[in-house]
Amino acid sequence: MTLRSRLGAAVMLALLVALGACGTQKTDRGTPAPAAAVRIQNKGSDTMVNLALAWAEAYGQIHPEVEIAVTGGGSGTGIAALINKTADIANASRQIKTEERSQAQANGVEPMEVEVARDAIAIVVHPSNPVNGLTVPQLSAIFSGQITNWREVGGQDRPIVLLSRESNSGTHVFFLEHVVRQGSTDDRTLFSPDTLLMPSSEGISAEVRRNPNAIGYDGLGYVTPDQKVVAVAPAAAKPYVLPMVATVNDGSYPIARALYVYTAGESQGAIRAYLDWILGPAGQEIVKAQGFVPLQQSDIGDGVQGLVIGPFPRWQDSESE
Amino acid sequence: MKASKPRRRELVVETLIRVAGFSAIFFVALVFLFLLREGLPAFWKTSLGNLFGGRWYPNEGMFGTWPLILGSLLVTAGAVIIALPLGLATAVFIRELAPNWLREILKPLIEVLAGIPSVVLGFLGMVAIAPLVRQFLHVPTGLTAFTGSLMLAYMALPTMISVAEDAIDAVPSSYRDGALAMGATHWQTIWRVILPAARSGVIIAVMLGIGRAIGETMAVMMVTGNAARIPHEWDALFLPVRTMTATIAAEMGEVAQGSTHYHVLFAVGILLFVVTFLINAIASLVIIRGSPRRGGRLMG
Repeated sequence: MTLRSRLGAAVMLALLVALGACGTQKTDRGTPAPAAAVRIQNKGSDTMVNLALAWAEAYGQIHPEVEIAVTGGGSGTGIAALINKTADIANASRQIKTEERSQAQANGVEPMEVEVARDAIAIVVHPSNPVNGLTVPQLSAIFSGQITNWREVGGQDRPIVLLSRESNSGTHVFFLEHVVRQGSTDDRTLFSPDTLLMPSSEGISAEVRRNPNAIGYDGLGYVTPDQKVVAVAPAAAKPYVLPMVATVNDGSYPIARALYVYTAGESQGAIRAYLDWILGPAGQEIVKAQGFVPLQQSDIGDGVQGLVIGPFPRWQDSESE
Repeated sequence: MKASKPRRRELVVETLIRVAGFSAIFFVALVFLFLLREGLPAFWKTSLGNLFGGRWYPNEGMFGTWPLILGSLLVTAGAVIIALPLGLATAVFIRELAPNWLREILKPLIEVLAGIPSVVLGFLGMVAIAPLVRQFLHVPTGLTAFTGSLMLAYMALPTMISVAEDAIDAVPSSYRDGALAMGATHWQTIWRVILPAARSGVIIAVMLGIGRAIGETMAVMMVTGNAARIPHEWDALFLPVRTMTATIAAEMGEVAQGSTHYHVLFAVGILLFVVTFLINAIASLVIIRGSPRRGGRLMG
């Protein structure tokens, strides 16, 4: 009997809590806060998530009526959310794949691309590593597993430990195409199977900081002072260049890429205003502050209008055959 | 009227409990069906040769799951080899040797150990254990299968200790008294009488430990390096590996729904299920085969 009455009390309590929850919800609805009139869902690239947050925060201060919710997850996640119509803006550190584009079109979404910033991919090693410069062909040989000892590229007699982001990261795909395969589309070279795939940028920097054997790569914005950045030459006889704003903009640093946002169809209203602001001086100043490379004003032209590219054919990806 | 009210209430409660009980089975069945529905297409979307090939590189359509299966097995085996002697020794110590007051301190402490989130252990492994492994074992990197095994052993220990301890506790005290009366030393009693008598419980402890280890994801993903290489060298335990769980966790978030890669990841889930099932089946066989002997002894 006592057990049963206790059970009854518990049920009552649960009901009360549930009712209470309903009650508070109602009062919330009754007195609407001076809430944001427009909500923009922004999702995607982990490389860009800090940048997107900084943009959203700065924009929220001058336009409190616009609320921008930023989440990461990766370029693919963002584009998937755009396809499912759960995100308004997708951030991507790579271009959209053919497969994703056709999936979007099947779902009635026409992804439009805007280049919003540039990023250099820095090659990082342990601070005690004596190697100062590597050529792109050397990097390709290192990351495909043909060179396995630092001695072969002028370093100490140590094994090379390869670090990479996970294969679904936009940075990984870019590095494979532009460094491991050196930009050649019919090159089928892969990363060495011994490559350690780290789930985060932090994983790479932690290992590079501690392990004198390690070599890794990551977006310039993620390089901490306790890692050593190696200068890169496009080919054997070319000069070695360190990644920075100037060398990315003049094209002399060989491993640089564009960062994109995608919108469903031609952007309009609040989203359009936000993207115009991102491409403007205030937005680009934040790009610089976050360690990325701002677009040059001459490239931007007349805001989003001038930069929208697409629909356009994309590279063949492996699963489309 | 009044007399029937408690009956009705009982009926309602009974029905609710029955529904709750069946819902557990129902949900497990649903999960399994979902796994099959999403995973089986992988077997005709790619060739079997590709699926059991030696290279895992989904971006290029290479879905060789061998490195992942072997990686999982290697890390798990390493974890069991480390955890078994430690767990058994701790259980024996707590049950047979420790004074009462120490037992009262140790038991809750071990339970606290079980409550440490795996991501915390993973972080500890990445920041503290991996550099030590690299320095002391002179391997190229500290992110190895062995580091993963260490973390998993640590995670499997609490379960193993409590189950093994219960098994030892369940050994009738007449066994112990009999052995001591025959002039056996304390050690001989433990090693020759108590542990063999508790054998099936100890095997269950090991199986639960394996189950915990092979399904663990976060800590493993953080410390094993995730290199999808086939562990074929004699020192493969001290080189990086990539496990099935870490692969699913790392790649599922970004995969395009309905793509071959998506189905293959579910297929990896099925494989994981099959491997776990096989291990459990073998364990049950061992226990069934072992029990008549014990039953006979009890009768004698």
